[in-house]
Amino acid sequence: MPAQPTSDTPAIALRGLRKSYDRVEAVRGVDLEIADGEFFAMLGPSGSGKTTVLRMIAGFEAPTAGTVELAGRDVTRLAPFERDVHTVFQDYALFPHMTVEQNVAYGLKVRRVPRAERAERAREALRGVRLEGFGDRRPGQLSGGQRQRVALARALVTRPRVLLLDEPLGALDLKLREQMQVELKEIQRAAGITFVLVTHDQQEALTLSDRIAVFNAGRIEQVATPAELYERPATAFAASFVGTSNLLDGDAAEQVLGERGTFSVRPEKIRVLTGEDAAQPGGGDGGDGDAKLCRASGRIAEAVYLGETTRLVVDLDAGGRLTALRQNLDASATDSAALRGARALLVWDRRHNVRIGEAA
Amino acid sequence: MTALAAFLHRHPRLRLAGLLSAPTAWLVVAYLGSLAALFLSAFWTTDPFTSDVVRIWSLDNLRAVVTTDVFRTVALRSIGVAVAVTVIDVLLALPVAFYMAKVARPRHRRLLVVAVLTPLWASYLVKVYAWRAILAEGGPLDWVLRPLGLGSPGFGLPAVVAVLAYLWLPYMILPIHAGLEQLPDKLLEASADLGAGAGRTFRSVVLPMVLPSVAAGSVFTFSLSLGDYIAVQIVGGRTQLIGNLVYANITLDLPLAAALGTVPVVVILLYLLAVRRSGALRSL
Repeated sequence: MPAQPTSDTPAIALRGLRKSYDRVEAVRGVDLEIADGEFFAMLGPSGSGKTTVLRMIAGFEAPTAGTVELAGRDVTRLAPFERDVHTVFQDYALFPHMTVEQNVAYGLKVRRVPRAERAERAREALRGVRLEGFGDRRPGQLSGGQRQRVALARALVTRPRVLLLDEPLGALDLKLREQMQVELKEIQRAAGITFVLVTHDQQEALTLSDRIAVFNAGRIEQVATPAELYERPATAFAASFVGTSNLLDGDAAEQVLGERGTFSVRPEKIRVLTGEDAAQPGGGDGGDGDAKLCRASGRIAEAVYLGETTRLVVDLDAGGRLTALRQNLDASATDSAALRGARALLVWDRRHNVRIGEAA
Repeated sequence: MTALAAFLHRHPRLRLAGLLSAPTAWLVVAYLGSLAALFLSAFWTTDPFTSDVVRIWSLDNLRAVVTTDVFRTVALRSIGVAVAVTVIDVLLALPVAFYMAKVARPRHRRLLVVAVLTPLWASYLVKVYAWRAILAEGGPLDWVLRPLGLGSPGFGLPAVVAVLAYLWLPYMILPIHAGLEQLPDKLLEASADLGAGAGRTFRSVVLPMVLPSVAAGSVFTFSLSLGDYIAVQIVGGRTQLIGNLVYANITLDLPLAAALGTVPVVVILLYLLAVRRSGALRSL
């Protein structure tokens, strides 16, 4: 669910935003409103325009057309230093010639905050990211995760209304990234400010955000909550970029689902019956001819043991292929391997079919 | 050939010797040797009648350099000129180098570097004589400044500073340009993002980070200015710098010339020590 907006005016409003470089159109018309206090993610592959949009919000790039409003004020023509927005850069962009504390206090120094207050608030901000006692070090002496936290403290110390995060966890290893995700969320909740996260990592976007905008080729394909996006993807691109792509279309859709069109089913919704279970025409425990269930028979083309689950790729007799995830309740890696080439019956609830609009 | 390469591969010391023996010989014999000869001859004396060098050890020459008023004045003037040239070059080079490294379109940047290097292809003498023509009475500068009620400064100390600043400017632009290229754009963006205007970003981020490059450039402009005597002869009028004194004494009193010649060496050594102490070279 989106966070409760604290006022009716959106923290960020983008209207008809476009950006072209020489001959390349990086952003082709983006309209978006981000509520005050919201954790918002811009998700998309590299080159989809998400970072360019972020840079236009920060003021590093001037839009070719369209406007950027912050808290109801048109800031399209304002310089970065005139906007109440801070950025956490992908590679942190810490000042290497300053100590950690000087880095954090920089925004305060620029605003002519008195020295004593400056030091106090910088230390407080470092405490907030659990880096007490690191104030005298140089950025070069810190690990990646610590630098990341310094960048956060530096951006938060002046209490901006909006924080922009450009792939902030991209340079960290998996364990650290998961830990930082939790911390980011906590910091956002505690500070109560609007976070806009740019990422290509769908897991990160799903975990952290209240709402997600899926970017593709300079446009937004869908804006939705994580659950909505996952369960009800609006376009084939959104369906394939978030989660595993599992599309049925054309003849296969008509044979299996009895309808024409393009449909998406998530792999974990599909039950895979093999061996004797698959041979029964009724299949599984649903009664014969249960109208709520979809069935498709096929041959298992690939079985990959993933630890918790086994991923099964099934070539359907009706044409097309579906991926299904099977919990490894009592199966082992060898059992998984033995499934390759076997006949299988796929069964899933009809309500998990999502009709996909044509790609924008 | 492969046998030789394999042999050298198994004998790393020999390989190193092959790589470094020629430059080492050059450095020791030609470079340090001449410097040693300079120092030694500063302690010798001259026969006042024949002007021949007599190998009698004495501190008279060095004492003369330190105590004679003219020598002191000229030495201080030379240092003043070197400092002025360096300051002017820093002030000119910073914006030019910044434009080259950060503002200009990437495909223009290479052209700009070539443009900065171009004057170095022309002969030193030609450039200085060109300046003589520019500065001459009734010359182009005179003609341009006349409507403003001004005139060419003519030949003298200001002309020397101007010409030396012109001559050594590329040696200041290039290191600063190299330093600015190393400075990530992200840092400038981060500074602006945190609320800093252009001036603050320059003072707090750009300048501290290119200071080593400025120091490197200043070593060139400072030492080249301190050693110059030709430009001074051509556009300096009656101005004398330390180089002119060395030149004037070299046939009459070689040991005195040598003693005078140690002055710029010592000054530059002190300058390098000062630069080092300032920490500007720490991140080189």
